Amino acid sequence: MSIAQVVDKETSIDNNEDGNQFLSFFMADEEYGIDILRVQEIRGWDSVTKIPNTPDYIKGVINIRGTIVPIIDLRLKFKTDSAIYDKTTVVIVVGVKTDGKTRTMGMVVDAVSDVYSITQEQIKEAPNFGSVVKTEFVQGLATIDEKMLILLEIDMLLNSDDLSVINTAEKTD
Amino acid sequence: MAIDMTQFLQTFYEESFEGLEIMEAELLNLDGGDASEDTINTIFRAAHSIKGGAGTFGLQEIAAFTHVMETLLDEVRDGKRDLCTDLINLLLRSADCVKAMMAASRDEEEYDVDEVESVQKSLRALIDNKTDTTAPTTPDADPAKGKVESSEVSYKISFIPLPNLLQTGNDPARLFNELDELGKLTIDVDHDAMPELVDLPVDECTLSWTLTLVTTEQPEVIRAVFDWVSDECELTISCDENEQPEPEQENATVESKEPSTTKVEPKPKEKSDKVKEQGSIRVGIDKVDSLINLVGELVITQSMLGQLGKDFAVERLEKLKDGLSQLERNTRELQENVMSIRMLPISFAFNRFPRLVHDLNQQLGKKIELKMTGEHTELDKTVLEKIVDPLVHLVRNSVDHGIETPAVRLKQGKPEIGTVELKAYHKGGSIIIEIRDDGAGLDTDRIHAKAVERGLIGSDEVLSEEQVYDLIFRPGFSTTEVVSDVSGRGVGMDVVKRNIRALSGVVDVKSVKNKGTIFTIRLPLTLAIMDGQLIQIGGHTYIIPLISIIESLQIKKELVNTITARASVYKLREDYIEIVPLYKIFGIEAMQTEIINGLLVVVEGDGKKVGLLVDDLLDQQQVVIKSLETNYKKVEGISGATILGDGTVAMILDIQGLIELAHRYEKIDDIKNNVSEVA
Repeated sequence: MSIAQVVDKETSIDNNEDGNQFLSFFMADEEYGIDILRVQEIRGWDSVTKIPNTPDYIKGVINIRGTIVPIIDLRLKFKTDSAIYDKTTVVIVVGVKTDGKTRTMGMVVDAVSDVYSITQEQIKEAPNFGSVVKTEFVQGLATIDEKMLILLEIDMLLNSDDLSVINTAEKTD
Repeated sequence: MAIDMTQFLQTFYEESFEGLEIMEAELLNLDGGDASEDTINTIFRAAHSIKGGAGTFGLQEIAAFTHVMETLLDEVRDGKRDLCTDLINLLLRSADCVKAMMAASRDEEEYDVDEVESVQKSLRALIDNKTDTTAPTTPDADPAKGKVESSEVSYKISFIPLPNLLQTGNDPARLFNELDELGKLTIDVDHDAMPELVDLPVDECTLSWTLTLVTTEQPEVIRAVFDWVSDECELTISCDENEQPEPEQENATVESKEPSTTKVEPKPKEKSDKVKEQGSIRVGIDKVDSLINLVGELVITQSMLGQLGKDFAVERLEKLKDGLSQLERNTRELQENVMSIRMLPISFAFNRFPRLVHDLNQQLGKKIELKMTGEHTELDKTVLEKIVDPLVHLVRNSVDHGIETPAVRLKQGKPEIGTVELKAYHKGGSIIIEIRDDGAGLDTDRIHAKAVERGLIGSDEVLSEEQVYDLIFRPGFSTTEVVSDVSGRGVGMDVVKRNIRALSGVVDVKSVKNKGTIFTIRLPLTLAIMDGQLIQIGGHTYIIPLISIIESLQIKKELVNTITARASVYKLREDYIEIVPLYKIFGIEAMQTEIINGLLVVVEGDGKKVGLLVDDLLDQQQVVIKSLETNYKKVEGISGATILGDGTVAMILDIQGLIELAHRYEKIDDIKNNVSEVA
C-alpha cells in the first residue's frame, strides 16, 4: 500500500465517522456532551485544596502530576439540585483555550456515560430561553436514539465571568 | 543543496544582539576617553560579524547599513579619522538602528525607516566629507596608504579558491556580486584545472578567476569582501597603475567563539512563534559538568536504594537511613546547581545604564556620573528580566528629577557633577538593589500639595514623612509640571511598585532634602523555590514565606486589646500591631476563633507589621512555587501554591495582599453591620 493510500484511509475514517466525537456525562439526569478532543483525562473525585474567597462552584485546586489544576463543580455552576460526592462522581479534566493559551481545568459531574459520534446535521440550535436559561454555553442540542444531548461549549463556559482571566491583578490593584 | 537557514536565524539574532551590546558598551568606553586600539577593534569586529551574518541570511538592509558603519569604523581604525563625541553619538544611534532593524526582522514587524535613513545619510555624509577634504590635501603623498579615493583605480584580483570552498558554504557568485557593487567588474574564468566532465566532482571548486575591478574604493574594501573566504583561497590584489602587487593572505577576522561556553537552545520554534520572554541562556561548561557529576551521584544513590529495597530487613534500617540522607544531599546539591544555571549577574540589567545616563545628560544638559557596584551579584533570570523596566524608570527619575542642573548645584555648593549610584548586594535571602542620587531629594511640601491637588488626600490631612513618600507610588501621581519624554507622565512610580510587587519584592524610599534620595528594592533570590513556614487553620494548611516572618508567639491574654470591639491589637513590646484573623478573611472555619487561645505569627509586608492568627505552626520547609495563574487566575492574598510531600496542594500567602484584603474586609464588614443595624 502506498503512503498516499494510507493517508487517504486515515482521513477517510474521520470522514466516514463524519464530524466529531463527544463524551457524554450526566448531571442531575440531564445528559451533556463535550468535544472529546478537549478531554485530557477522567479521574475519580478526590479531596481538593480550597481557594479562599471564591464562589462555591470553584471547589479548589488539585495536583495533577505537578500541575495545579482548578476544579469547578459544574453541577453547582448550573445550579442543579443535588451535588453529592459519591463513588460515581468524576472529574473530567479538559483543556480550555483562552487567548491562544490552553489552560487545564477539571469539571465535577455526576457520572460519565458514553462516547457518541455526532454529525453536524444532527446538531440543532438551542432555542432561546431568554433570561431563564443561559444558552451561550450551549453549542447545540443533538438527538441520539430519541435522547437529547446538550452539547457544551467549554471554552465559553469555563471562560465566563468568575473564571475569566481578564480581571486579574491589573484591575484589582 | 538547500540548507534551511531559518534554524540558524535565532542564533544569529542572539549573537547579533550580543554584538550590538558589546559595541554599545565599547562606544561608551570610547566616550570616556579610552580610545585604545583594542576597543576600536572590538567595535569593528562586532559590526563586521553582524554585516556578514545579515548578508548570509539575506537581510540586505541590515547588511548595507552595517557596511556603511563598518567603512567609517575602518577609517577610525586606520587612524584616518578622529573619534569625536559627535561621531560616537552617531555610531551609538546607528547601533540603535541596527538593533531596531534586527528586532523588526525577528518579529516580522516594521521598523522606523525614516530614522534609519537619516542616520544612514549622516554616516554617508561623514564618509564623503572625509573623502572630499583629504583628497586635495594629500594627493599621491602616500601611495601605500591607499590611492586617492576620488580617482578610479583599476585593480587586478587573482582569486584561486581551494577545492573545499563550496563545502564551507561560500559561493563565488555572491562575492562577485558584492564586488560588482564597488565598481566596474570584469571577470575572467580560468578553467584549466577543471577535470573532464565525467570526473567532475560536484562539490569541489576547480575554477579560478582573474578579476579586474575599476573602482574608487580602497584595496582594504576589496579585501573585506573576501574576508569570509580568506582561509579557503589564494588571493592576490594588485593595483594596475603602479604595478605594486600586494600579496595578501588575510587572516580571518571572524570572531572566534569562546570555547568555555556552551549553549542551551530552546527547542526549534515554529516560524511564527514569537519568542520574547523565553529565549535561551548561555551556561558555562563547568556548570553543566558539575550537573552531570551530580546526576551521576544521584544514579548511584538510586541504585543503592533500589538494591536495599529488593531484600529489605529491619536490621538494615540504618543503611536505608544513610541512603535517604545521601539522597537528600544529592537532591539539594542538584537543586542548587540547577538554580545557579538560571542565575545571571545583574550586570545584564545594569549594562544599559551608562548609555541611558549618557543620552539623558545630553538631552537635559546635566552633568551626571554613574557609579555601579556589585554588578556581579547574581539574580534569577526571570527576576532579572522583569526588574529592568522598574530600574530604568527609577534611574531616569533620579537623573531627571533628582539631580539638579550644574548651575543650581554650584550655587548650592555641591560638586558640579552629580552622582547616581547603582548598587546591588545580597542580604539575608534577598537581593538588595539601591539607586542613590545626591540630588535635590524629595520635596515633601510639593508632594503633599500635589497629592491634594490630584485628590489623592484631603487638604487638611497631616501625614508623616514616610506617608508622604508613599504618595509618589500612588497611581496618577506626578509632580513635574512639564510632561517630558524622560519622565513625568504620572504612570511611573505606581507601575514600578506594582512590577516589583509582582516579583514579591518591596521598594522603599528615603530622602533628605538637598542631600539626595535612595530607592531600595528588595527582591527574592529566585521565584521558583523559597523557604516557607507551614501553618494550619481549620483543616487547611497554608504557607507563609519565611522571609516575611518576624516572629511567632503564644498570645498572652493581657496584651490583647480591642478597638471598637471589632479590631484587635496586640502589644508587642513597645508597639501595637493589628491582629488579622485569617479564618475570617478566608471564610473558613478555624479551631481557634478566640484570639487568646491562638498563636500569632508576626509578619511584615509593605513596611507594615501585623499579626496573623493561626491555629498551629507546622514544619518549616523549602517549597517549590507553582503559579495559580497557569490554569486559573490571580487570587487576592495568595501568591501561589505548592505541592506538599503527601501530594496535596497548599496555598502560599501573599502577605502584602493579605494586609490589603484584611483592611478592605473590615470595611465590607462595617457596611454589612451598618446595613443589618438599619434593618
